[in-house]
Amino acid sequence: MFESLSNRLGEVFERLRKRGALNESDVDEALREVRIALLEADVSLPVVKKFIKGVREKAVGQEVLRSVTPGQMVIKIVHDHLVETLGAESVALNLSAVPPVAVMMVGLQGSGKTTSTAKIAKWLQTKERKKVLMASLDVQRPAAQEQLKVLGEQAGVATLPIVPGQMPVEIAKRAMQAARLQGMDVVLLDTAGRLHVDEALMAEIAAVKKVAEPQEILLVADALTGQDAVNVASRFHERVTLTGIMLTRIDGDGRGGAALSMRAVTGCPIKMLGTGEGLDDIEPFHPDRIASRILGMGDVVSLVEKAAETMEKEEADRLAAKVAKGRFDLEDLRDQLRQMQKMGGLEGMMGLLPGAQKVKKQMAAANIDPKLLSRQEAIINSMTPRERRNPKLINASRKRRIASGSGTSIPEVNRVLKQWKQMSVMMKKVKKLGKKGMMRAGLEGILPRM
Amino acid sequence: MSEKNWFSRLTRGLKKSTSALTGNISSLFTKRKLDDEALEELEELLIAADLGVTTSARICANIARTRFNKDVGEREIREALADEIEAILTPVAKPLIPDPAHKPHVVLVVGVNGTGKTTTIGKLARHFTAEGLKVMMAAGDTFRAAAIEQLQIWGKRTASPVIAGKPGADAAGLAYGALQQAKEQNMDLLLIDTAGRLQNKSHLMAELEKISRVLKKIDPEAPHSVLLVLDATTGQNALSQVEVFQQVCQVTGLVMTKLDGTARGGVLVALADKFALPVHAIGVGEGAEDLRPFDARQFAEALCGLSEEDANK
Repeated sequence: MFESLSNRLGEVFERLRKRGALNESDVDEALREVRIALLEADVSLPVVKKFIKGVREKAVGQEVLRSVTPGQMVIKIVHDHLVETLGAESVALNLSAVPPVAVMMVGLQGSGKTTSTAKIAKWLQTKERKKVLMASLDVQRPAAQEQLKVLGEQAGVATLPIVPGQMPVEIAKRAMQAARLQGMDVVLLDTAGRLHVDEALMAEIAAVKKVAEPQEILLVADALTGQDAVNVASRFHERVTLTGIMLTRIDGDGRGGAALSMRAVTGCPIKMLGTGEGLDDIEPFHPDRIASRILGMGDVVSLVEKAAETMEKEEADRLAAKVAKGRFDLEDLRDQLRQMQKMGGLEGMMGLLPGAQKVKKQMAAANIDPKLLSRQEAIINSMTPRERRNPKLINASRKRRIASGSGTSIPEVNRVLKQWKQMSVMMKKVKKLGKKGMMRAGLEGILPRM
Repeated sequence: MSEKNWFSRLTRGLKKSTSALTGNISSLFTKRKLDDEALEELEELLIAADLGVTTSARICANIARTRFNKDVGEREIREALADEIEAILTPVAKPLIPDPAHKPHVVLVVGVNGTGKTTTIGKLARHFTAEGLKVMMAAGDTFRAAAIEQLQIWGKRTASPVIAGKPGADAAGLAYGALQQAKEQNMDLLLIDTAGRLQNKSHLMAELEKISRVLKKIDPEAPHSVLLVLDATTGQNALSQVEVFQQVCQVTGLVMTKLDGTARGGVLVALADKFALPVHAIGVGEGAEDLRPFDARQFAEALCGLSEEDANK
């Protein structure tokens, strides 16, 4: 979601990087661009102003002027400042209290509270081995309590039985009581969506807070929120003293400005991210990684983690052994194509790699079809095992057969073969560079110049 | 509810949102020269109302053209702003009017998750049943837990039939069946709910395309209207939402919900500027009567804090 922001900043920084010495007006010009980029990314105006002021103070000081590479220095300052604004370290959910520990979820209508509640519950139950009870206090929206019950069934998490007509404070009391009796570790309270200007409902969550004494009060907020993010976050914070933020819909193509704004006005850490529609699509928030991603420095750590999750261990080992020998055939290419698809396709991976922002843009400009991967796989599938192991065998008539077998065309088959050739050259390079070299040079070090 | 009443409801909602904007304008222009610096600040204020960088720059340029370097008062600036915004919004303020020639007039309701599609359908059903139309609803959101139940409750409230399948059922098949039944029962209006989807999920967007494709098998012109429901708190991402949904399912109009918070909905101005799609209605509250036709002048005035002043007089 942070991609558009990183693209905008990328352009600014590209220009800066090329410059030798910078004077004050250079810095100002760059910061004006940064400002617009942040505003277009929906970072709230007051937050942008404060951010720019902070960066400017550092940038115009001696730090930059004395630096050998002033452009790089400005980028570093912006990066550091971003990390600072987003929070330097990830903060986990705080559940250290006498069980049952209450966690209350608040937020606007439609921000994703109920789904997030179920996600956190499942996450706590499977990853942290907690016994979790969920209760919906939403008596406003039709069928909201039903929704949590169904999600509970899907996630395998206990939900408080629904008593029709009961009011939120009563439900909260009953939930805490039930949790005590059943020896639960955590009680998740899903409250009704409310506008932060709705006094009656805000009073209601204050009352629930009194009854349940939650250890965590999480504001569930939509990552697509615009300038209003500051108002929402600060009003909720004033009223119930938030302890953290869960950002949802982070898998959209929004620019994530809301994350910056909310963190900045409340000082509350962003603790969790909702990354998809499935109940497992939840991640802890890593500010440093996100800041890097915003600035197009790549998020190698996330990529490696993701790779580790999706890549079958043996397969990876097998590939590594082959690479070590400098051998790489079309079967390996197919394995790789499959892995890439599992990891969210070309685009998903590119977003995480350092130096890949530019490549990605070129890909978009060249109109590369997202289905490319599966078509390429089909081409390889249409080859005989012998052809896959020894691509040199493939002559014109074999190409014709492969093309018709996979429903593609001969030029496309040629492209796969060319790609394999480039890849095998690349694999030899990687072998020479070693693992460290690859990390340092990033993708640009190994990809053919586009 | 009278016209005056709903207007005050909108202004009450927007007042909270505009007080920041207008408060800032007052501090900006008690009486001063409209120079570059003042213009830049004005532009920032518009951006802060979610109008976006491009549209804000354009509006400011228009204001500067006639007033640059002149002494201007706060009221004058507000009115100038309202005029500019109204000029952008007027062409798009068109209510949703079902065509009686279609039996039924099929309305497909789409949008990202949590914008208020199901609620909007409920409110639309209430509105059109009150006008005497025979309305049927189809619970096409087969993904979100309890979305079907939610629509069924609206069905009871409006005494309208709701066609529903099992959770996880194929939404396109359901929509097809609903249109068949609506035709058999001679309905005037069929409102089809869909699951919320982020516009960058291509497989989900393909599913949406399939829904409108199968509807065409029964009625080549269906869906006659495709409403995109937008959340007023959404920022510049609304532009991307409109662009992609329009490509996939030929959106014919917009509905903006949740304008009763502090969100300014200024992105509507940017949307009108860029896409010129009709804005059919706005949601200003949770009650069934809180879905209202969109009025350009009133929206512009409320956004610029003019109506608030008049109301105080």
